[in-house]
Amino acid sequence: MLPEELRQQLETRIAAAEDPREQAINVMFEVQRHYGYLTDEGVQEAAALLGMTPLELEELATFYDFIYREPVGRFVLHVCDGVVCWMFHDGSLFDYMCRKLGVCAGEVSADGMFTVLPTACIGYCDHAPAMVINGQFYGNLTPERIDEILEQVKTLPCDIVLCR
Amino acid sequence: MYEQVLFKNRRSGRPATIAEYRAGGGYQVLADVIREKSCADLIDCLKESGLRGRGGAGFPTWRKWSFVRPDAPHPRYIGANTDEMEPGTYKDRVLVNTDPHLIIEGIILAGYAIRAQKAFYFIRPTYEMDAELIEGEVRVAKEAGFLGDRILGSDFSFDIVVHRSAGRYICGEATAMVQAIMGKRAHPQKDVHMTDKGLWDRPTVVNNAETLACVPLIIKNGGAWFKGLARTPNAAGTKLYCISGKVNRPGCYELPMGIPFREILENVAGGMLPGSELKAFIPGGASTSYMPPKFLDVAMDDEGLQAVGHRFGTGAIMVFDQHSCMVAATLNLMEYFARESCGFCTPCREGFPYIRDLLWRIEKGEGKEEYITMLREMAGHMQKAYCAFAPGAAEPLRGLLEYFEAEIREHISQRRCPFKEQYRPYQELWYPPAEA
Repeated sequence: MLPEELRQQLETRIAAAEDPREQAINVMFEVQRHYGYLTDEGVQEAAALLGMTPLELEELATFYDFIYREPVGRFVLHVCDGVVCWMFHDGSLFDYMCRKLGVCAGEVSADGMFTVLPTACIGYCDHAPAMVINGQFYGNLTPERIDEILEQVKTLPCDIVLCR
Repeated sequence: MYEQVLFKNRRSGRPATIAEYRAGGGYQVLADVIREKSCADLIDCLKESGLRGRGGAGFPTWRKWSFVRPDAPHPRYIGANTDEMEPGTYKDRVLVNTDPHLIIEGIILAGYAIRAQKAFYFIRPTYEMDAELIEGEVRVAKEAGFLGDRILGSDFSFDIVVHRSAGRYICGEATAMVQAIMGKRAHPQKDVHMTDKGLWDRPTVVNNAETLACVPLIIKNGGAWFKGLARTPNAAGTKLYCISGKVNRPGCYELPMGIPFREILENVAGGMLPGSELKAFIPGGASTSYMPPKFLDVAMDDEGLQAVGHRFGTGAIMVFDQHSCMVAATLNLMEYFARESCGFCTPCREGFPYIRDLLWRIEKGEGKEEYITMLREMAGHMQKAYCAFAPGAAEPLRGLLEYFEAEIREHISQRRCPFKEQYRPYQELWYPPAEA
């Protein structure tokens, strides 16, 4: 169940919009932030708030890259697989991260910290190869730099996935 | 060296503040316009300037605005587009981080020109930091009286809200973006005139952020001035070119529209990386074709590229060198488009996975001669799709077939990728291993 405070906050937000559905993505982001991912229960609750059927909201939830309908780690490594990043590593950095964390795409690492996802060009081509973790860009990646970044983000204050 | 107008306030490491923007005459245009100019004056000025949309389609901005009938119902809306998911393109991100108030003033002026009440600033999720920046600067503009009720004491009231997307390429298409803002699945709408029936069936004008940022400059300095900034006679203004790939200084640069590719590559981007030779470049994002080095001197604008049978797109240049396998590069791009297709129409939904599969086999060393014909046929079928996504997405494939057919044949005859020592299964870790 969503806490009352969050529910009220979302209701206020929806009331201020031109149309409740306009807030569908923001509501999904907030619900996902609360649960750690967009749970089935979360879809039901969000749909009720938005005056949509759960199916209508599911149509949107499954359409977007940054709405997670399955559990994810606290940090989601959105690795750019745009052609410019590809030019520099041919997909090998993605493989490196998966091997290092012992996961396939979309799986959660054993410590619950990380999920790796291939992502449409993130718009950081001038620092290729690049990835985005919870809204923060990391560029000019090499295996060594990835090791550093993963160690560094583990220490960041982040109770739950920010799902940016 | 090159005249900087959009990037006049570019600073290292931080965006210009409202005070810095105003010190250069910012928001003075808005004040003047509200005091003494009509909507028609603005549109006339834009017409003279020759400004075309910077988001990829290159449609004349004044025409789009003039489609909104004076007696059209209210409320009316503006959509400012920073979805920017075209691979290779990051100009709007740089622009937002350079001079956010230039974009904000442009949005307000667009709102004034069509007498709109509200703008939606549509932004992709990887640009969350930029969304927060814009939100903050919109508040600052509101406090300064440039947004909100009765702007600068006039009868014009206007507001901007930031609309966060959750990440899907097709949302950058204007009609799909409108669907997305309304909380519907972002399928493009054909035969819908958004200037009549856009957001909630009200008149809506959607412009790219860079296009909107040009507006205050044009109104301030005049249409003829803007037109004169371009290098070629039929183009207009400056353009934020992004260049990335195997070059020494990748980045986003403001350059005169119509500048030859050679000048961008050699003078601006510092030439190819040591040991790299130019093999091909994509002139304007992944929805434009590869171009071989024989096009080095092409003028980088709509007309220049059209004249040689290519498209200008977003002006996001990607540079490939002799080590890039063009089959694998195209496979990467087709993988991208197969994933990003909205799935609404059959040619696009089914076609791109099919094309990807053919390329995958060729890259793997399992290609057959007839695949080339099949690829050519599939590229043709993509023209039959519902919206412009598939024809654009098929452009790199068209380029591969046109300029690098010999390389495809090499893959087929050698039964391997000639660029790799050993075949590495493509994206082997993307999917969990099949259960035994």
